[in-house]
Amino acid sequence: MEHGSFSDNSKSTFSLTDEDHTLANAVRFTLNQDPRVSFCGYSIPHPSENRVNIRIQTTGAPAREVLKDACQDLMMMCQHVRSTFDTVVADYKTRNPSEEMDTDDSDNVG
Amino acid sequence: MAKKDEPMSEGEEETEAESISESESESQSLSGGGESKGGLEYIMSLPDVPTKLPPHMELQRTRVFCNADAPIHTDTVQYSGAFAALGEDNSFRLDHFRKNFRIEVMRYSEDDMEFDMIGIDPALANAFRRILIAEVPTMAIEKVLIANNTSVVQDEVLAHRLGLIPISVDPRLFEYADNNAPNERNTIVFKLHAHCERVKGERRRHTVKANDLKWLPNGSEFLLESGDSNSNSTSKPKTHTSFSCSQDSLPEFSNNPIGFKGKLNDIIIAKLGSGQEIELEAHAVKGIGKTHAKWSPVATTWYRMLPEVVLLEEIEDEMAEKLKSKCPVGVFDIEDIANGKKKLTVARPRACTLCRECIREGEEGEKRVSLRRVKDHFIFTIESTGALPPDVLFTEAVKILESKCERVISDLS
Repeated sequence: MEHGSFSDNSKSTFSLTDEDHTLANAVRFTLNQDPRVSFCGYSIPHPSENRVNIRIQTTGAPAREVLKDACQDLMMMCQHVRSTFDTVVADYKTRNPSEEMDTDDSDNVG
Repeated sequence: MAKKDEPMSEGEEETEAESISESESESQSLSGGGESKGGLEYIMSLPDVPTKLPPHMELQRTRVFCNADAPIHTDTVQYSGAFAALGEDNSFRLDHFRKNFRIEVMRYSEDDMEFDMIGIDPALANAFRRILIAEVPTMAIEKVLIANNTSVVQDEVLAHRLGLIPISVDPRLFEYADNNAPNERNTIVFKLHAHCERVKGERRRHTVKANDLKWLPNGSEFLLESGDSNSNSTSKPKTHTSFSCSQDSLPEFSNNPIGFKGKLNDIIIAKLGSGQEIELEAHAVKGIGKTHAKWSPVATTWYRMLPEVVLLEEIEDEMAEKLKSKCPVGVFDIEDIANGKKKLTVARPRACTLCRECIREGEEGEKRVSLRRVKDHFIFTIESTGALPPDVLFTEAVKILESKCERVISDLS
């Protein structure tokens, strides 16, 4: 899935199957904010093929590690979004208990 | 650009760091974890080095300007070294994200919610939206076995209509069927038998609704057509599903029968004339919206950036009245000030649809009012179709993005 040269691992293209703009654009966003990255971009070579190519060129660090770090960053952000969301929604539900009760009641209707 | 930046900052660090006292540079390199950081910190502490972007650039970075002719500054700056020359570090910092990220729930009900997501990039907000629409699984009718259909609705149209009915069941309790035989862990079976009686001298009509679909916890009742007649006599007759136990014996469904909740019960499937009949069995399986929209868990989900309406000058009397009446969504209000004068105020900027009616006059209008959008403030709306409450859908969507990242990481290592 990685296409790069053996002599220089700072430039690589990664080909991800069964992925689309959803992941590629999000990863591109985190990659671009990594100071080690000198270029990154993604493309979908053909719309009817479930494949996305992510190109990464770095200032020296191995592209593979940089991509892994970017995914890690993205995952941490997601985890933070999820925990924030959960606490905020739980908070909202305790503040507006009437609406919460409505949901519970209708859940049990067959 | 980054290639140029790197050696430049390093070079600066060498000369600058050496010029400052030794003890200071030592402590900085200890805390910063790298020499270049200590050097940069020193440079940043110099009085004539700007620590923040100048206000006009900050405004361009954080706001979209919706001018009369076209919106400008619509892009988000992502590149880490974009503002290196100005001393602003644009690289990703998780602690910054944690500090600035905020969610506020505006509206919440069992099937729709609105919340504000603040301090996040459109790349992520859009990923969540795309996943909600296309990748969060639900259960939907995929196979329809029609025994009898004498209604005016053709078989294929009827099957399509059935597929689109949202089923109120938690898809997390099921597995994907893929190519496995239908069993109690991946299939829900419904039976529909509706008949409109023929009565002499009367023109009867009967409406078939989603409510008429009856859950069969024991699986299909239709027998498989197999040439072997002797196998039927010995064992249980084979049907279109192979349930090993009844679904209502499973703890998840024992006192929570699968069906349709609330108004979903009233979805019309077909209308029968006198003497017409429909008899069928519908098999629902788990799937995602990417395969077919019937599996999409949301009616729709969308986000918009927070509108910001700023009055650039005091707008009084006649002009105030004029602008107030111009706005179709009532963004403006009029306030009485001293000696009978009236002043225009922005009362409800959130309602602004950016129709730009208030700046339609061109140059003049743009000088009075500035319409903007906040780039990192998203008003997110989720309309659930009923399988899961909207908040659960969102957390599921975030989890899916996490698992995508995980997949890439594990593939790479």
